[in-house]
Amino acid sequence: MTGGRDVVRSGDSESDEMVCELRVHALPARLRLIRRVVGEAARELDCSPGVVEGLVSAVDEACQNIIRYAYKGDPKGVILLRIERAGDNAVIRLIDYAEPVDPAGIQPRPLDELRPGGLGTHLIQAAADSVEFEPPTQGAGNILKLVKRIE
Amino acid sequence: MARDLEMQSERHGGVDVLHLAGEVDLEVSSQLRRTLLERVEGKRDLLIDLNGVSYIDSSGVASLIEAFQRARKDGLRFALARVPEGAMRVLKIAQLDRIFPILPDIDIGFGEA
Repeated sequence: MTGGRDVVRSGDSESDEMVCELRVHALPARLRLIRRVVGEAARELDCSPGVVEGLVSAVDEACQNIIRYAYKGDPKGVILLRIERAGDNAVIRLIDYAEPVDPAGIQPRPLDELRPGGLGTHLIQAAADSVEFEPPTQGAGNILKLVKRIE
Repeated sequence: MARDLEMQSERHGGVDVLHLAGEVDLEVSSQLRRTLLERVEGKRDLLIDLNGVSYIDSSGVASLIEAFQRARKDGLRFALARVPEGAMRVLKIAQLDRIFPILPDIDIGFGEA
């Protein structure tokens, strides 16, 4: 399924505040919009410039993975971005409707190997305090959850 | 239609300098890759001026790595110059600040690279 019409969930049960939600087609041309939305939302949450920069980068890299590997370039794929505040944390979920991926297959390359590719996971991990795939709810393919303490 | 990556090239002190500007992401990184590889295949030493780059992602960095490796293999000089803070953060996370020759300015050419 690539349409993404089903509502995955209305919010995190631990969430204090829904900050924003964005639903876009999984296109490289939409990454700029996604970065701007994440940046604005993170600033609304009073994240420091460094945290904002990291979260923008992490979400961009995660969306690239969805575009390239989950949807395999299918322009009809949909990405749902949801940003919430839960206590002192920014919680970001990226939901896609592609075939479920095997999280074990997503490993960053060793940094001492000089080759193109495999850096995105490092950028995601560097920006967030925790990164995990949540069990997909009905209709969703994959749910990636990033949590970062607001500082 | 994909937007174009902002690129300008010039000869500066006997060196090919490629000035990049704007956001280097998945939408435009293939343009960067193509341009860099053309220069390297043309046996041109290359200095990449990143001063105007407001954002670079892993696909942009991958293009730099590929061109750097080809240049090194062919005995060409390849360096980055005027790397902004945001791009440097990405290079440091990837530990590429230890790999790429990085110059503070383009005026010195490859003098210290």
